[in-house]
Amino acid sequence: MTLTRIRERRRESLYAVAFVLPATIGFVAFYLVPTVRGVWLSFTDYDLFSAGEFVGAENYAKIVDDHVFWNALLVTLEYVVVNIGLQTAVALLLAVLMQRLARSVVIRGILLVPYMVSGVVVALLWQWLLDYQIGIVNNALDFVGLPRQSFFGDPALAIVTVALINVWKSMGYTALLLFAGLQAIPRDVYEAAAIDGASEAKQFWRVSLPLLRPVLALVLIVSLIGSFQIFDTIAVTTKGGPVNATRVIYYYIYDLAFNRYDFGYASAIALVLFVILLGVTLVQLRLTRADKSDLA
Amino acid sequence: MTATAARRRVPLGKVLAWIVLGLFLLATLFPFYWMLRTSFSTNGALAGHANSLLPAESTLDAYRRVLGLSSVREALEQGGSTARVNFWLYLRNSFVVAITTTVAQTLFAALAAYAFARLRWPGRNLVFTLFLAALMVPPIFTTLPNFILIRDLGLLNTFLGIVLPNLLMSPFAVFFLRQFFLNISHEIEEAARLDGAGHLRIFFRVIVPMSAAPIATLSILTYVAAWNDYFWPLLVGQDENVRVLTVALGIFKAQTPNGGPDWAGLMAATVIAALPVVVLFTLLGKRVINSIQFSGLK
Repeated sequence: MTLTRIRERRRESLYAVAFVLPATIGFVAFYLVPTVRGVWLSFTDYDLFSAGEFVGAENYAKIVDDHVFWNALLVTLEYVVVNIGLQTAVALLLAVLMQRLARSVVIRGILLVPYMVSGVVVALLWQWLLDYQIGIVNNALDFVGLPRQSFFGDPALAIVTVALINVWKSMGYTALLLFAGLQAIPRDVYEAAAIDGASEAKQFWRVSLPLLRPVLALVLIVSLIGSFQIFDTIAVTTKGGPVNATRVIYYYIYDLAFNRYDFGYASAIALVLFVILLGVTLVQLRLTRADKSDLA
Repeated sequence: MTATAARRRVPLGKVLAWIVLGLFLLATLFPFYWMLRTSFSTNGALAGHANSLLPAESTLDAYRRVLGLSSVREALEQGGSTARVNFWLYLRNSFVVAITTTVAQTLFAALAAYAFARLRWPGRNLVFTLFLAALMVPPIFTTLPNFILIRDLGLLNTFLGIVLPNLLMSPFAVFFLRQFFLNISHEIEEAARLDGAGHLRIFFRVIVPMSAAPIATLSILTYVAAWNDYFWPLLVGQDENVRVLTVALGIFKAQTPNGGPDWAGLMAATVIAALPVVVLFTLLGKRVINSIQFSGLK
């Protein structure tokens, strides 16, 4: 290597360092260090006001006997199952409808609007629509002769209500991702199926769905992880209630840290959530072989 | 099966499919219509006109109330609360936060993405892998220590405290732009280099103009995310002077009379909070849609 080449290389490295420096500072200060610090906090009794002392695995021992935690985990799972199950089914239906009927951008655009507005807006809007006394939904129930429902006040209904609201918010977005996946399936596969006399339904089950699998798997992983982090809707509408019916894990962590200043314990639970999400991702990657396409 | 029946079966399925799609579109749009309709209504008339599609005793009072234009007495008479709200101010705050975050984050992420995609330097892959790994950490886990840091820096209830964690990078932004920068042909870069252009010049004169579309897309996505964020500003920016729309909506909701909420006022406030994003989306929606489809495939 000539001397000028070496000098050029060094220059390139210098520029590279200068270019990544701001982002790296942001990464170290707000991602890397907090991750390490979060692990440390989970072994202390830090409470925002005093220095906080190392307490060993005490916080983790506390989790084992904390029925509010286990309830929160259960409620979160209930939310995730209803939310993701329904959202994926509806989004699949919408994606197929969009592909078969209308590829118009306007339709995709309309379905995407709820996803673009903030969770707080969506939560307030649905609280009004579902109001017990004068909400339009309860008026409609009344009109067809069904009893009015206290959607947010009834412990049996509250978490399902929140899950459905977020299906409404995200179905267009998920549908759009799946639609993109459907578009990527070559036309001639369908043509071949049609020549073989496969019906519309058969084409969906035998062609679309298997070939969509890698995209579907990725979409599932991303939306599942997002679903575990449900906060906005609950913070605005039920604040974890009635009793603990909607106290999902995200809200429980928030409540512990910012209302009770128990940062140590909150961090321990956040770490448990972190591990759960890692596990979910790994299992799903394994089960669905998301990285491999059937087309290849 | 006769020939006519076979011919009729296809359109029937198609009609049914259109009806289903139509119902979904209706279910998507109707709540927004109801939000608008309520915002132009008089609180006292809402119960009496519950099922009318038009505003109940239409008025602009709700907007005047949330924009701080009516007196406390007027607000109380209209079914509002005594707490003063000023959504002009919150609107301004949301613009400040969203625009600052978008401009700074996109710029710094683009610089980093360029270094990851086009420059050779020791440790490049390791650093990039670390950046990517950050995508796996649930936000709440880092939010707790970040809150402590912002408090210790004395930045609670300041704009800087609200934007700082997202100012210099987001792992997604770096990843997103790197994908595009990787695909730019080396010949063009080489030609610029032969003309004597340095790395900085190549970045601003070649890479950025050639990636205008993905950069614009990323900016829109970043803007919308910053505009809609609730959790972080709720923790660090409750003070009126820096309160953004999402936080203001939550507080407004908490202050509204419990027995009979100020629904007209609440809906007027949500319209104000949603409008800028909906307008932006209407103008640039096609680009957003295409980019989401793209990111779904990658």
